[in-house]
Amino acid sequence: MQLSTKHLLGIKDLTAEDISLILSTATQFKEVLQRPVKKVPSLREITIVNLFYENSTRTRISFELAEKRLSADTINFTASGSSVSKGETLLDTVNNILSMKVDMVVMRHSASGAPHFLAQHIPAAIINAGDGINEHPTQALLDALSIQEKLGTLEGKKVALIGDIMHSRVALSNIYLLKKMGAEVMVAGPPTLIPKYIKEALGVKVEYNLKKALEWCDVANVLRIQLERQNQVLFSSLREYNLAYGVSKKLLDGLKKEIVIMHPGPINRGVEIDSDVADSKQSVILQQVENGVAVRMAVLYLLSGNKSA
Amino acid sequence: MVFIGMQPRGVYISGKIVESIKKIAPNENVQYGILDITFYRDDVRDQIRIANRTDIPFSVEGKEVVLIDDVLYTGRTIRAALDALLDFGRPKKVSLCVLVDRKFNRELPIQPDYCGKAIDSVISQKVKVEAESEQVILY
Repeated sequence: MQLSTKHLLGIKDLTAEDISLILSTATQFKEVLQRPVKKVPSLREITIVNLFYENSTRTRISFELAEKRLSADTINFTASGSSVSKGETLLDTVNNILSMKVDMVVMRHSASGAPHFLAQHIPAAIINAGDGINEHPTQALLDALSIQEKLGTLEGKKVALIGDIMHSRVALSNIYLLKKMGAEVMVAGPPTLIPKYIKEALGVKVEYNLKKALEWCDVANVLRIQLERQNQVLFSSLREYNLAYGVSKKLLDGLKKEIVIMHPGPINRGVEIDSDVADSKQSVILQQVENGVAVRMAVLYLLSGNKSA
Repeated sequence: MVFIGMQPRGVYISGKIVESIKKIAPNENVQYGILDITFYRDDVRDQIRIANRTDIPFSVEGKEVVLIDDVLYTGRTIRAALDALLDFGRPKKVSLCVLVDRKFNRELPIQPDYCGKAIDSVISQKVKVEAESEQVILY
């Protein structure tokens, strides 16, 4: 039993069966993470390089933990203070690393499509840990696992993605995955942060009023305001954003039903989400982090069969 | 003594055995778990397999563990099971109970302590244990 792809470049390339396989395998790995010895020998002879051209703490640690729990050998590469600052190209860097017999590459890069470019030129299996404003497939997978755990299934569930949709690879991966698995998707936020033809292009509902979005949904996935990706000023101030689009306890308590609150992290407390919401019992934010390691273990395990020579 | 059934095909037999034991000794606390060894296989790179559920809701530390499976063939599943079990703790003793022992197909030095039936089969022959009809078929 295998995934239909050799790499994990994006949710776009996965079938619903692939997604189900990853989620059920992740569930088995969650059980492994409860054992006294949180390790299995499955990837014992595999070496993985974590190629992070962009800052990340959470994703990189999550991947590193997943790799170590599978008994793989891991190498970490961060762009600053490396050959990249000496002008080495992406392809040269990777080929150099691969000639040291590294089997798999986990990559985060600020250019959309960087892992796809790499996949055309190197034999190793590539896992996209986030490319520009394109996709972040493992995040969408762990989000899906978290929803499934809380609500039983994804099919027919109403999920609202709230915030900076325009610059969010988490949003795009989630939209692809949720639609493939039969969920209904809405994007909500200020009009300046929602791409113009997203409704027609991706088949999602669009809502500019936060209260209406929360009244409609079963799950609210709150996205971080991405200050580092915005060159223009797309809303007046953080305070104004919070007043119009911040998810507050008052809003949640005013709804007819209890909705599930998610956030990919890191949280800007008091901007897109208030502290009492993030820490409430409706929030699965910490379970998302726990699921992240299990999901990444599942992806690495399922892709490890295609070891390069 | 605690009992652990091997996923996927040993769990039916082990379930039946534990049921019988509970009837014979109703006052004993019979502990039963199931173990999947997919992640411990020595051929894990050749074919990626889906794992089934593992559920061992007790500690194996210092216990006498009986592993239960349907067919003992090459012995590699049990080798993997020993590795997996040791990651749960240090049992006092581990013994093996199988329904069918394919005596001449072993690839590792592993033998059953309790055996339903030993069979002299050749590699080209197949042994099938059917749970629903409760039959063992040789062909």
